[in-house]
Amino acid sequence: MIAREEFRQIATNGIWKQNTSIVQILGLCPLLAVTTNLVNGAMLSLATIVVMAISGLAIASLRNFIPHEIRIPVFILIVAALVTVVDLLFNANLHELYLVLGIFIPLIVTNCIVLARVEAFANKNPPIQSTFDGIFMGIGMLWTLSLLGGLRELIGGGTLFSGIDMVFPGLQPLQVLPKDYPGLLLAILPPGAFILLGCMIAWKNWIEARAAARQQRPALTPAIDGNNA
Amino acid sequence: MDFTTPPYLLKEASVQRVMLQVLAALLPGIGAYVWVFGPIILVQIAIATAAVLASEAFMLKLRNKPLGLFLGDGSAIVTGWLIALAFPPLAPWWLIVVGAFFAIVIAKHLYGGLGQNPFNPAMIAFAVCIVSFPALMSQWPPVDLKAGFADQLALVFGFAPRIDVMSGATPLDALKTALKLGEGNTTVATVMANAQTFGYFAGKGWEWIMVGYLLGGLWLWQRKIISWHGPAGFIAGIALIATVLWLWQPADFATPLFHLFSGGTMLGAFFIVTDPVSGCTTPKGKLIFGFAAGLLAYLIRVFGGYPDGVAFAVLLLNICVPLIDMYTQPPVFGHKGSK
Repeated sequence: MIAREEFRQIATNGIWKQNTSIVQILGLCPLLAVTTNLVNGAMLSLATIVVMAISGLAIASLRNFIPHEIRIPVFILIVAALVTVVDLLFNANLHELYLVLGIFIPLIVTNCIVLARVEAFANKNPPIQSTFDGIFMGIGMLWTLSLLGGLRELIGGGTLFSGIDMVFPGLQPLQVLPKDYPGLLLAILPPGAFILLGCMIAWKNWIEARAAARQQRPALTPAIDGNNA
Repeated sequence: MDFTTPPYLLKEASVQRVMLQVLAALLPGIGAYVWVFGPIILVQIAIATAAVLASEAFMLKLRNKPLGLFLGDGSAIVTGWLIALAFPPLAPWWLIVVGAFFAIVIAKHLYGGLGQNPFNPAMIAFAVCIVSFPALMSQWPPVDLKAGFADQLALVFGFAPRIDVMSGATPLDALKTALKLGEGNTTVATVMANAQTFGYFAGKGWEWIMVGYLLGGLWLWQRKIISWHGPAGFIAGIALIATVLWLWQPADFATPLFHLFSGGTMLGAFFIVTDPVSGCTTPKGKLIFGFAAGLLAYLIRVFGGYPDGVAFAVLLLNICVPLIDMYTQPPVFGHKGSK
């Protein structure tokens, strides 16, 4: 089983410390292409979570049988099989969304987040830890992509949750800003994703720097006093 | 000639001094602009100035920099004036504010402030707005439209509906569209015979604004604020490709004179290409930068979809500046040129 402390560490690593999008800056291609609105970003992240959790479990279980020299092709095969399952599930159950996300669901195979976690974590750790690592890395991706998608959608068109009817047919998108808001098209285009991602990275670094400064202050004060004396 | 003995006292060349002279050099162009499009441009300049100063103050505060020193240097105001002059005169006020915000916050301060920005802030503003709001950014009022100042104000501040009658295309755009619609049956000569849009040698009215910028630019050169390399390269770039294509097929391509006095050519040549921060620093580099930017500007404006190509050409060349500068280092005095 998994110790409480270890679980906590995996969770904070995935969600904040080693966040795929704003710390490791991995998987930029789907990030740019899919986060034009909140729903697309969140749904692609959910698909990635499923793939990462199961591939973590599968590869960690098989890690002692996979020859080291050909591990990457083996990983890709396992991930590709899982992605095919997710792809077919999307096609069958959320067909409209499947058409919108298009090539980016099959491309989860080549998403460096998946391969990076499999290579860096599942290949060296027991199955349960690897599954949790996949889930929490995915959750980290989920909140960053949702936030980025939401921001881009809001600035670019003044709405939130557009396309939610493709997932839950009864729901309607929210019109947050007034109807005559002209919409900054740049936010929807790839440069807007880069600029907003840069702002999110800066925001994360700012929070960390502030936390670090607060932690260091009590330790520093006696030293300064000592110098003065 | 008088001969005196050294040491000589040099006049202090502060940023503020340079920027004030650049602003003064824009005045002839602005004068012609007022004459052609009406005093509304002065309102736009005021909006742009207020917006850049507010953005600058906000970012300086955020970065804990002294407000007075950097607000007073005038570099932000130059950016603001260039934005106002590059945007359509009847653009809604918020468009200029969005442009100013991007120019100062994203293009200038996020890269480290004055002296650090790799891209020309005013051109970033133009590019962002034309990509985001293509319709608003290509609507120029017809030159002979005699709208009162009050009507123009109402349009800028959104109190009047934006109707299509108020908006035309720039002469460049008009020529491009007419040639495209004519599908080979129209020649440049027949299109340019339309006296409503075209004047003596370029766009009606526009040609005099360009002459104004040219005069201001020449004054800057005479004051040694800018060197001749950048503008000469830029003008040569546009003139060369325009002449070649015009000699080849005069029916399909406008005269070089038309291109030199249309769109943003003169403003670009003397006020954008010569930007000391985002442009090249070596004399040969400035020449190459200007020439390549001129070629690209022509290609984008004639074959591209946007009304003018100066902004995109300058931004693309901004990326190449470190490379051009590296290969055009002049030999150190006393050394022979490296072979």
